[in-house]
Amino acid sequence: MNFDYTDDQKALKDEARRFLLACSPLTAVRGVLEHPGFGHDPALWARIVEQGWCGAAIPEVYGGLGMGYVELCALAEELGRAVSPVPFASSIYLFAEALLTAGTEEQKSALLPLVSSGELVGTLAATEVPGVLTSAGIATRVVDGKLSGVKLPVTDGLAAGHAVVLAKSEAGIGLYLVDLTGPGVAREAVSTIDPTRGAARVSFDGAPAELLGQQAGQGMEQLSAIQDRAAILIAFEQLGGADRALEMARDYALERYAFGRQIGSYQAIKHKLADVFVKNEVARANAYYGAWALSCNAPELPLAAAAARVAASAAYWHASKENIQTHGGIGFTWEADCHFFFRRARHLALVLGAPRDWKRRLADRLEQRLEAELGQGN
Amino acid sequence: MNFEDSPEETAYRDKVRAWIAANAPDMSHLTPEERRPWQEKHKEVAGIWQATKADAGYGCISWPKEWGGAGGTAIEEAIFNQEEGRAGLQFTYFMTGLHMLLPALLEHNTDPVSLSLIPPAIRGDKIWCQLFSEPSSGSDSAGLRSAAVKDGDDWVINGQKVWNSGAQIADYGMLIARTDPDVPKHKGLTAFWLDMKTPGVEVRPIKMMSGDNELNEVFLTDVRIPDSQRVGEVGGGWKVVISTLMNERAALGSGSGLSWRDIMKLAKQVASWEGTALDDPAFREWLADLYVDAEAIRLLSFRTLTSLSKGTAPGPEGSAGKLLWSGLAQNLSSQALDILDHGGLIDDPEQALMNGAFQHRFLWAPGLRLGGGTDEIMKNIIAERVLGLPGDVRVDKNVPFREIPRGR
Repeated sequence: MNFDYTDDQKALKDEARRFLLACSPLTAVRGVLEHPGFGHDPALWARIVEQGWCGAAIPEVYGGLGMGYVELCALAEELGRAVSPVPFASSIYLFAEALLTAGTEEQKSALLPLVSSGELVGTLAATEVPGVLTSAGIATRVVDGKLSGVKLPVTDGLAAGHAVVLAKSEAGIGLYLVDLTGPGVAREAVSTIDPTRGAARVSFDGAPAELLGQQAGQGMEQLSAIQDRAAILIAFEQLGGADRALEMARDYALERYAFGRQIGSYQAIKHKLADVFVKNEVARANAYYGAWALSCNAPELPLAAAAARVAASAAYWHASKENIQTHGGIGFTWEADCHFFFRRARHLALVLGAPRDWKRRLADRLEQRLEAELGQGN
Repeated sequence: MNFEDSPEETAYRDKVRAWIAANAPDMSHLTPEERRPWQEKHKEVAGIWQATKADAGYGCISWPKEWGGAGGTAIEEAIFNQEEGRAGLQFTYFMTGLHMLLPALLEHNTDPVSLSLIPPAIRGDKIWCQLFSEPSSGSDSAGLRSAAVKDGDDWVINGQKVWNSGAQIADYGMLIARTDPDVPKHKGLTAFWLDMKTPGVEVRPIKMMSGDNELNEVFLTDVRIPDSQRVGEVGGGWKVVISTLMNERAALGSGSGLSWRDIMKLAKQVASWEGTALDDPAFREWLADLYVDAEAIRLLSFRTLTSLSKGTAPGPEGSAGKLLWSGLAQNLSSQALDILDHGGLIDDPEQALMNGAFQHRFLWAPGLRLGGGTDEIMKNIIAERVLGLPGDVRVDKNVPFREIPRGR
């Protein structure tokens, strides 16, 4: 039993933090916020690619480093702390995981080396209409290998070269690989609550599409499995961001004076930040358990993933809003950095489906677990 | 990160699980009422079980052999506790002595008399209680007023203690008293142990709002004890307090009591608009939030074990576990009453679903947020010792104790 990173993993994490402090300061986030472009920082992305992080958990046979998922979680935690404006989550947690989870050997061999080397950015294009994503909300269709429909919003839809697209065919709902730079694809930027993670409206009109994997009609189940894996990785980004927001609030509470005292000496502030700490601990505990489940493909993974996502979404939201509150009026200004965390907290909580969606999944999985335990006579 | 047992741990778990199954006391003849903590029959079973464990070397697994323990690891002890919990055998009568007071005693005293107190405590033949809190010093535990005055080789103690869990059945107590009112409050305290039958010690039970009698007041009138019963240095009592309270919070944060499984089993039996309460989306959403907190409590106890197994002491972040655990108890019991709807009113163990366990917990839960450090004190500890925020303004700092303003 070990509730911690190993020494090697800690060294990797420390190195990542040093690198991001130097190369991904909050001024980089502000740069993208004020000049969105494709909704990321291309120079910073190039530096991250150079570090080899894209291939951290991709097996060596597909051009990755094959380090493992706890290592990828450590990197995610640091990217989250830095609020890094890069398409890492779309390309690695979603696109690469989609290939690894559902792709054929040919698809993995063709695309994963490009993702791993950073030559290709991928993303996932699932949603079309507001509200919970269900099969009823999918109008995009594939007929004779040609995909048509509109996906909105597609995070990193402008930066990405390829997408895994959720669409209907005669066989039911499936996941399809589409070259976004190819014919029949039109993309336009969409303004979002977090411009530092760009999004697009992607219109397909007879775009060539290839079924991901070999079995059609399994799209919703495949998507759910991919989302579980991504939920754990994103929980680490959320955890990193929540910790940093708490540190910002703590630092400000130490330097700001009111009524002749540091505001951090008042219990109104101390207890507020203690509450933030406790929520972050809940997120950390559940995220760590998720990392373990991911690292060994444990049967507990679906339940652990839902728990990590619910806990981390709640913690980041709470930390980011109380960071603004602790800063007072200055925290509400464009000039202060607090809103980067506030925006990113909600972006990350919605991008895989909102917390209420995941609470539902969690309860479903918990019920299955209880039934299994009762069945065993426990 | 690894949340699985190692092969050695698996072997140990299998061994103790089998031993517990073969030796567990039979509780089937007890009524639901009798199975509750502090009921006579419940105490009786607890005593038998503790002696059985002690005879087999499971009384104090992680204690060194010279103290009468098994010289095992903290992980082994935790595994044993988990397996006990799984078998429905969780008794708290001996915890105050074995997990809080006696380790502190042995940290400060190694004389033969102190050591002789240990074996009967491990067997459950002798029970210990804590005599720290006073009517005028709750959260401000260093503000206590009970006075110990030196008289030859003896100390004479006068004062009043309160919230003493188990004092009504305890054989021994550990007491903190003020030995010097002319120095600041933390510096004038000294710890002692005493036989609860010493003349001048009077225990009066406090009936709690739940109707249970766990807590007591203890009146001390001209209680005379020899200096050999002093624990640690004169004026060193605060150190003893701190080490026992840290042990207490670590134990309280480890999460016993009703949890998500219990309320799900309840919800399956309770009618809702359509189907059972377990089918109600509002309940399911609540359940998800409860589960992540319950998981955090479980997993954070693994962090404590990880620290212990690396030889580091658990830090102040353990306060998060205590906060979560007591909050969860109140949230869970309150929700259970809600889904029972008007049935939530009935707390008769013979008539209520699951023997009224949730109703009983509902009336206990306010105390859980107070005992062992209130929510507010836990938050101060987190803010000051984890986050590094400044202490509150202290008007009693550096002031001789007798000059500190006092209310009623």
